[in-house]
Amino acid sequence: MKITFRRSRKGGNPARKARAFAWIPAFAGMTLLALTASAQTLRIGLAEDPDVLDPTLARTFVGRIVFAGLCDKLFDLDENLKIVPQLATGYEWSGDYKALTIKIRPGVTFHDGEKLDAAAVKYNLERHKTMQGSNRRGELAPVASVDVVDPATVRLNLSAPFAPLLAILTDRAGMMVSPKAAQAAGEKFGAKPVCSGPFKFGERVAQDRIVLERFPNYWNKGAIHFDKVIYQPITDSTVLLANLKSGQLDLIERMAPSDVPALQADKRFKVAKIVEIGYQGITFNINKSDLAQKNPAGKDPRVREAFELSLDRDAIVQVAMSGEALPGNQWVAPTNSWYAKNVPIPKRDLARARALLKEAGVPNASFKLMTPTTSDAQRVAQVVQAMAREAGFDVKIESTEFSTTLNMADKGEFEAFVLAWSGRPDPDGNLFSHLACKQPLDYSGNCRADMDDLINKSRATVDPAARLKLFEQIAAMEAKDRPIVYLYHRHWLWGYTNKLSGFRPVPDGMIRLQDLKLN
Amino acid sequence: MLNFLLKRIAAIIPTLFFVSVLIFGLQQLLPGDPAIAMAGEERDPNVIAYLRGKFHLDDPLPVRYWYWVSGVFHGDLGDSVRIQKPVVELIGEKLPVTIELAVLAMTIALTIGISAGIVSAVLKDTKWDYAANIFALWGLSTPNFWLGILLILLFAVKLGWLPASGYVSPFEDLKANLAAMIMPAFVLGNAIAAVLMRHTRSAMLQVLSSDYVRTARAKGLDERVVVLRHALRNALIPIVTLGALQFGELLGGAVLTEQVFSIPGFGKLIVDAVFNRDYSVVQGVVLFTATAYITLNLLADIAYFAINPRMRA
Repeated sequence: MKITFRRSRKGGNPARKARAFAWIPAFAGMTLLALTASAQTLRIGLAEDPDVLDPTLARTFVGRIVFAGLCDKLFDLDENLKIVPQLATGYEWSGDYKALTIKIRPGVTFHDGEKLDAAAVKYNLERHKTMQGSNRRGELAPVASVDVVDPATVRLNLSAPFAPLLAILTDRAGMMVSPKAAQAAGEKFGAKPVCSGPFKFGERVAQDRIVLERFPNYWNKGAIHFDKVIYQPITDSTVLLANLKSGQLDLIERMAPSDVPALQADKRFKVAKIVEIGYQGITFNINKSDLAQKNPAGKDPRVREAFELSLDRDAIVQVAMSGEALPGNQWVAPTNSWYAKNVPIPKRDLARARALLKEAGVPNASFKLMTPTTSDAQRVAQVVQAMAREAGFDVKIESTEFSTTLNMADKGEFEAFVLAWSGRPDPDGNLFSHLACKQPLDYSGNCRADMDDLINKSRATVDPAARLKLFEQIAAMEAKDRPIVYLYHRHWLWGYTNKLSGFRPVPDGMIRLQDLKLN
Repeated sequence: MLNFLLKRIAAIIPTLFFVSVLIFGLQQLLPGDPAIAMAGEERDPNVIAYLRGKFHLDDPLPVRYWYWVSGVFHGDLGDSVRIQKPVVELIGEKLPVTIELAVLAMTIALTIGISAGIVSAVLKDTKWDYAANIFALWGLSTPNFWLGILLILLFAVKLGWLPASGYVSPFEDLKANLAAMIMPAFVLGNAIAAVLMRHTRSAMLQVLSSDYVRTARAKGLDERVVVLRHALRNALIPIVTLGALQFGELLGGAVLTEQVFSIPGFGKLIVDAVFNRDYSVVQGVVLFTATAYITLNLLADIAYFAINPRMRA
């Protein structure tokens, strides 16, 4: 299968050329206007302070937002989660799907003037795989080696077919940094990253701002209309919104759902939203530690079924998220093309829930719900607690600071855990590490050979229809055991001045700077 | 004097050692594995193992303490894991911001607190006294974060006079710097002003009823001269001590105010570092602050020695 991305070209008949020449004076004027307008700064408010700005070592969601302006990737995602070209121009799978050949965009340079070619791509992929502390190593594990076919072509040789690979290359694993700068800076590269994105690194004042400056030799410079982008982390959502309203910021990300109606009512601003690729749910310790057998919810799948039936997801979304989420029951949202339609969202059924608890011999089943101290998680836990109580459950909320929850989850020192996942474009990123046996995010301790077999097959199956069939089987299995009770998928919410145009909400939650303009 | 100085300096060494052990030890009590917190969303076991090795997390506590302290002796407070910057550099970035905020807040606090205290004492049991007392009560009982958000909504969102938050260096743009700092400085200064006002009032009341003030009045001195030159000068001694203590506290970072106004100072640095288990930053900043306190204390002792001739005997 060979896929090449091309830009459309218009024909060259003389009449069209003449019309084109007639536009020259107007075009010159417009260019002048555009140049004047382009001498602008875009100020973006971030809900958190990003971590290290090295794509190999980076580990936070918010860091990816800054990378979107700094480091181009081999591939990108569009609004419909389709994989589109960025630094690659096309790709081709080998017949056995064990090799992926990628064509590199010609004429691209890094911010330090170095050329981006096949050798640079090979260097980057190998850096991701071998650098100490790399967070990309696991993602690229199936890539056994990388060959430079010619200066504009690389071939990734895989140990086995690996369907999520292209989607993985739309994230940090597909980001290319300047080999020369990376070699010179070593571990300190993240302090002054050199990539090939539309903006180059300017300065970073920790917890205050990250400044990016326009890269004049960007391969797609026509799509860039700012001279400077300033990212400002503001952790308090009220203050973040106040900065937008007072004109200190042009665009804010992850605004609080409760702020949406007021901002929508204000004509000076716009709100953009899209369903996330991640999920929010409650993970049960069913096999992670001895604690699993010491509480009814961990021990008996009937209790977990009763718990799920006691919940009204629509009401949870309305009350806890002000309606800014989509109810869901799988690792991908019902609107996602990988959603298994054979396992629909169960309706609330209190009578059945009570009957199940009675059958399990625990009409007043009690368990502890570990909840991070974030306001979203707290609200969800309280609504869930109230709903489950109507079925007879006694849910005890244990509010715990986030870093501590992760440690406790890792050790299995919990019974149930309110956990959010920011999501990955390929469903495998929300599934494998979370539900396959002994994987790093398998906090539930779920370990079933039959499910593992299906998950591994889904990773090796490139044909979408066949893969979806496998997901349907996995979803049915998951819905029976319920190691995770998925609740909903948040809306990514952006607020911005109405002077800003060209904003494209994409389900990965990133802010793409291409085509953004301040009028 | 040399003996005195040597004794004081000699006392600093065990104090600093004790402080460093305390900082290091207390941090170990924080729940949560720093390697897991640092490994990010993916929690790759290879990354966790690498981080544990890199930061000696598997070594016994005394060994880890030794690694840290030996770095400190070489002027190396370590690097922030989260943003890969030397802690010394981070301190260099944040210190001027915190000092500026502290100075502005103290200026506001002293101006309001001392004036209100004097008015309240001189015009005791009048409406001015009651008004000053109500102000003091308000200042003491208003939470900083609440006042901060209200000020942002009024002056930034509603009136558009001031920026909602953020920081601009005074060397970059002095006007913008003052515009950004005035609200957080007022929020901090307001609370301190209330304390200062109460102390100024009681000190002034005491002094105003003393014999020498009565004598001054009997001599026919102008009331303004009596209050400002004779009474206030004596009443100021406890106020200066209190002000110095409050100033020292401000230098440690104003956590909530910095958070609300997104001021990149010490307070915000420490809080974020604690939540992210960025141990080097927490240890480095706390050690720096403690050392600064101890040094300032020594300087105060020396100054006292120089000022008070009886000390030299």
